[in-house]
Amino acid sequence: MSAQPHSVTHHAEAPKSFIRRYVFSTDHKVIGIQYLLLALAAVTIGMVLSWLFRAHLAWPHLIIPGFGGLMRPEQYLALVTMHGTIMVFFVLTVAPQSGFGNYFLPIQIGADDMAFPTLNMLSFWITLVAFLVLVAAFFTPGGAPINGWTSYPTLSAVGSVSGPGQGMGETLWVVSIALFCLASLLTALNFISTTIEMRAPGMSLMRMPLTVWGWFVTAVLGLLAFGVLLAAGILLLLDRLAMTSFFVPAGLVFNDTQPPLMHAGGSPLLWEHLFWFFGHPEVYIAILPAMGITSHILSNFSRKPIFGYKAMAYSLCAIGFLSFTVWGHHMFVSGMSPYSALAFSFLTLIIGVPSAIKTFNWLGTLWGGKIQFTTPMLFAIGFVSLFVTGGLSGLFLAQPAIDLPLHDTYFVIAHFHIVMAVAAIFGIFGGLYYWFPKMFGRRMNETLGKTHFWLTFIGAYLIFMPMHWMGIMGALRRYASPGGLGFVARMDPIDIFITVAAFVTGAAQLLFYFNFFWSIRHGEKVEENPWHATTLEWSVPSPPPHGNFVAAPHVYRGPYEYSVPGYTEDYLPQHLTPEQVAQSAEAGT
Amino acid sequence: MVFREPERGSGLAAAVFSLFLVALVVTTVYIFAAHIWPMPPAITHVGHWIDQQYRLTLWVTGIIFVLAQLTLAWMVFRYRDRGQKARFVRGSHVLEIVWTTATLVLFTTLGAMAVRAWAQVHFISPVPGALQVDVMAEQFTWNFRYPGPDGKFAPTAPIYYSDANGNPFGIDPSSKDTDDIVSPILVVPVGQEVVLHLESKDVIHDFYVRELRIKQDIVPGMNIPIHFTPLKIGEYHIMCAQLCGLGHNRMHSMMRVVSESDFQKWLKQQEAENQQ
Repeated sequence: MSAQPHSVTHHAEAPKSFIRRYVFSTDHKVIGIQYLLLALAAVTIGMVLSWLFRAHLAWPHLIIPGFGGLMRPEQYLALVTMHGTIMVFFVLTVAPQSGFGNYFLPIQIGADDMAFPTLNMLSFWITLVAFLVLVAAFFTPGGAPINGWTSYPTLSAVGSVSGPGQGMGETLWVVSIALFCLASLLTALNFISTTIEMRAPGMSLMRMPLTVWGWFVTAVLGLLAFGVLLAAGILLLLDRLAMTSFFVPAGLVFNDTQPPLMHAGGSPLLWEHLFWFFGHPEVYIAILPAMGITSHILSNFSRKPIFGYKAMAYSLCAIGFLSFTVWGHHMFVSGMSPYSALAFSFLTLIIGVPSAIKTFNWLGTLWGGKIQFTTPMLFAIGFVSLFVTGGLSGLFLAQPAIDLPLHDTYFVIAHFHIVMAVAAIFGIFGGLYYWFPKMFGRRMNETLGKTHFWLTFIGAYLIFMPMHWMGIMGALRRYASPGGLGFVARMDPIDIFITVAAFVTGAAQLLFYFNFFWSIRHGEKVEENPWHATTLEWSVPSPPPHGNFVAAPHVYRGPYEYSVPGYTEDYLPQHLTPEQVAQSAEAGT
Repeated sequence: MVFREPERGSGLAAAVFSLFLVALVVTTVYIFAAHIWPMPPAITHVGHWIDQQYRLTLWVTGIIFVLAQLTLAWMVFRYRDRGQKARFVRGSHVLEIVWTTATLVLFTTLGAMAVRAWAQVHFISPVPGALQVDVMAEQFTWNFRYPGPDGKFAPTAPIYYSDANGNPFGIDPSSKDTDDIVSPILVVPVGQEVVLHLESKDVIHDFYVRELRIKQDIVPGMNIPIHFTPLKIGEYHIMCAQLCGLGHNRMHSMMRVVSESDFQKWLKQQEAENQQ
């Protein structure tokens, strides 16, 4: 149960100096916004990179300034690699978990800050350094790494002998990821301690908002997964710099150059196991907070309790647990035992069950509701549609026999972008439009917001749906050009269509940037609780003061008490005392 | 369609949302149903089994896709804010149990049915006497080796790899077995089982032929056998499906499936070239 009522006074004094207040701040809210701004910078870079390689795919003869003539294959692969790495780590992990989680987890459980504020600050700064190290890879003499975000050895482990981008660029990639893992471990510890120890009186586990469940389960995943990738990263670094052979076997000859490399005794499969032991939980690290946010928003704007709260909380835990048992489905064609593939296949299909439970309950939440189409609600409903679409293509890839033709084709690109990347981005956008009034005391413009939603939602489907069929026809990912394959070249019109859709959808994000920065200063001012919501973040001023709560909060009921029969308002906040509720009911009758 | 001008301006959003989801469903179903962008035809029995399982999965996921998206479209339109009061429901144990059980049964059944095709690829040994071919992948070319008239592969070692001297497999120069046939393309007789022994010199590559429905990573330090029986004469692309460096997209070769007599003819021709 919840911890002892903790003091809200020891944090009440905000630091005076600008540096301590906004730069090296230990306030979870400032740190949350710092993470969000980092993610915003990262997503901008990641998106521009995708434009560049999409432009190349659509118009191979296009001269893009800065590439020294036509784009070379290694430049294309560097763009793809950096796009994936930046997006997965510095956007999809940073924004929903570290960004929103930092800002809202403490407030939603009634805490004045994270359990370890200084550690929290340290996590952010390490993450920022990790990002800068990664971006620096672009400016190394050999160029940015070209191994994809999965960085499989031996390509990634033997240095420049395996081609361009394998020198300092790849080393910086590994260092960046290792630093990122370290920061994420610290964040995970902090989130877990905070959730367990710092809940306000009355905030039992089963009264936590589903967002908190999302962040909590994600933190547990982070704690168990990032440690493994950190270890793998260090081993890869040793292979590269100290001539160890964790991932490199004997007898390798590159470019017909004798004698064979001096490595002996390692296996690339070891990296694949370690990487995906992290990598599969990672996709849930990206999506679980978005699931929490979607649930939160759907309930709010359906004016209904979330359908099946317990099923929602337990299914998050089930997904979290199962996510550590399915990594082998990334390795059906890797050369690992084909017998273990069957185990991974069934476990992967079974992880579809809690995912389906969530979808059914989201539909159940909408059913009989009073749906208000605010911008965050549009993104939440969009999330459900995308999650269904992307989840279903996962049923193909979960079966090793069907994975044989589809593995490493554009079908996979379509699958994970829709279910994990775009869906998670929709969670982020939903959260931003929803919580913006709380963070800045002003509302974002709804007309711009809705236009942004429609262009993004339709655009995302136009970009990624056609990729399914490209994959079915056999188009492989990480191909800089058809490379003389006629059947791939015949897909050029589809490539052009996708690229145009990507540019339009990308341009639509300008609406968001404008709306975001303009609204910070000029948006319509709002009170504490503009959405008529129930959870604790709406019981404090907008923006919340240092220390969050003016008086120590007390929680009396579950998080989604909307349209409660017999109560005057259609929302019954968690912090209202029974006496206040009784008074209000009397006043209403 | 007629609907009242609703309160809170939600009618338009609801209608647009629903119509978009309907359009998504119709377009997607049409593209699949009309085979606009299909898989190339399979040329092995195993490939047909894989396709059968693929079609089954397409049906199952297709039905769920249509039902789920249309339900969402209906919910969004039906329950838009028209000033009504939301129903106060916390959930339903019965429904939770029903849909949990239903999806569990459905998904695991699907998985169980997929085992057969996978078993055909990986659990069943090739017939004795199947044609044996060594495959050596390297940045960014394919090499294939046949044992030659003596039916035996010459011994090899990495130290002897030399593309420049026409010895990509590193055949031991001191070996007496000099009749191995080395070719940049894969030629196989129709209707006969072939075993490929996949090896890589440098990085991970992947042997992928669409029409075989086979994709197999080639991992440095490992020798991975795969087997198949092509049933249709023709030429098929061999592609590298695992990122192997800057030339990844140009790393392809050809699998030529020919009649038995054409295959023997080709072997003879290669042997003759060897002796020159």
